[in-house]
Amino acid sequence: MEPLQYSFMQRSLIMAVIVGIICAVVGSYLMVQRLALLGDAISHSVLPGLAIAFILGANIFVGAFIAGVISTILIKLISNKSNIKEDAAMGIVFSAFFALGIALITVIHKDNKIDLNHFLFGNILGVTWTDLRDTIIIAAIVILVVVLLYKELLFYTFDKLGAQAVGLPVNLLDLGLMMLIGLTIVASLKTVGVVLVLSLLITPAATAYLLVTRLHHMMFLGVGVGVLASISGMYLSYFYNLPSGPAIVLVASVLFLLALLFSPSQGILTHLQQ
Amino acid sequence: MNGNRAIEISNLGVSYRMTEALRNISLQIKPGRLTGIIGPNGAGKSTLLKAMLGLIRAREGSVLYQNQPLQQQLQLVAYVPQRSRIDWTYPATVWDVVMMGRVRKTGWLRSFSANSRHLVVEALKRVGMDGYTNRPIGQLSGGQQQRVFLARSLVQEANIFCFDEPFAGIDRKTETIIFDIFHQLADTGKIVLVVNHDLGESITNFEDLILLDRQLIAAGKRENVMQEDYLYRAYQGKVVFFAKN
Ligand SMILES: Nc1ncnc2c1ncn2[C@@H]1O[C@H](COP(=O)(O)OP(=O)(O)O)[C@@H](O)[C@H]1O
Ligand SMILES: [Mg+2]
Repeated sequence: MEPLQYSFMQRSLIMAVIVGIICAVVGSYLMVQRLALLGDAISHSVLPGLAIAFILGANIFVGAFIAGVISTILIKLISNKSNIKEDAAMGIVFSAFFALGIALITVIHKDNKIDLNHFLFGNILGVTWTDLRDTIIIAAIVILVVVLLYKELLFYTFDKLGAQAVGLPVNLLDLGLMMLIGLTIVASLKTVGVVLVLSLLITPAATAYLLVTRLHHMMFLGVGVGVLASISGMYLSYFYNLPSGPAIVLVASVLFLLALLFSPSQGILTHLQQ
Repeated sequence: MNGNRAIEISNLGVSYRMTEALRNISLQIKPGRLTGIIGPNGAGKSTLLKAMLGLIRAREGSVLYQNQPLQQQLQLVAYVPQRSRIDWTYPATVWDVVMMGRVRKTGWLRSFSANSRHLVVEALKRVGMDGYTNRPIGQLSGGQQQRVFLARSLVQEANIFCFDEPFAGIDRKTETIIFDIFHQLADTGKIVLVVNHDLGESITNFEDLILLDRQLIAAGKRENVMQEDYLYRAYQGKVVFFAKN
């Protein structure tokens, strides 16, 4: 309990827990649609948006979100209008954006005291009350949308053609999902940064996937895993002086490994014993 | 209103980016007659279903039902895609999947009604899957998966049923159950349209056939379509056996 006497620690811990929650929920959609790579692409692509917002003095959440949306549109354009497959389009767009982001930050960091590492790996101890407020608003939007559109999104992510055939607006649902992914990534940047956010999206969801068999169970259990990883990661980082983003990611990865080995239905060791 | 309850397809043409998949298809699909779509691999059978429902854009032509574009009446249609196109490792149970058939009728921001749950229970009984309600879909056999999809289409309370290769890789028992239900649907005046890869004896279940090979080779009563010269044209002599009438 000792770290909680510091208000920066309280803020970071709340932040990490919220991010753990929404990442697990949204990451479940990425995982079941095999879109892990898209999550990675969007998260790397937000970097120039962060930098430009910083230069302009605008809200960096907004800048990051816009960059994420533009990169997603570019990926879809390339894969729809040419014979380049989607995975190659993602690779091209996200590395270009990422490179642009690094170039911009390197240029501006000379006259501002900003640290590229904070963008890449997060800076949760620098979280302000404003950051926390923005994150809570984003989290509320994300969770509200998932709850309200749950049955439509379940249908759409399971069977796109079937959903389209009953007349669901599949393009809007797709756009909505992309927005949720973008918002979640943007909300997570302070906590784990651009490079590691994919882990918070995928690892808790994948851990839960090994243990349960319905999407909403996967979300609930994934939230449990994500929150556990966030809290223990923060404590590890406090007591062992580790960077907090990597500490959270490592805990989540260990939880995944345990599920992979010991899951009652799919565990590697469970099956060896039989 | 007009009493035309058949689907009228006129001059339908579909192209993918490079390839022309269907050209100049005109035909009628009648209610109350179990109708099969046959033709070799790549003949455009799946494409025809998808273009009819507007799931892919047609280059030209029209598909009318009750004199209105069918695409604007999707609430009347139950479409079951090819089973192989679905990710069966998706975290869902049999119940979840059949319930999807009630999403459109339930409407936005609402939860499923008691009536919907009742329909799902009944549909699962009808396809012989009532003991599997809480089973994860990944633990089903191919035939059971197909019956779950059939149940999903039944709860839609549709007038028009479209199935893409429902008999691919399934067991004999499932085939019988599915054909029984298809016949029952047709007998109650529904339009039932089934892509069928197999030209074996199961073909005799169909009353009408549509024979495709990128264009329409023949359509109408089964006896009239299952002619050697038509089949030869469609399959370029590759057809080894088919059921004589
Ligand atoms: N999404 C697509 N993009 C490009 N070509 C396609 C696509 N889907 C189908 N085709 C092509 O269109 C033709 C008809 O395909 P399809 O309707 O799936 O045939 P069938 O169902 O009769 O086997 C094939 O030559 C196939 O390669
Ligand atoms: Mg096909």
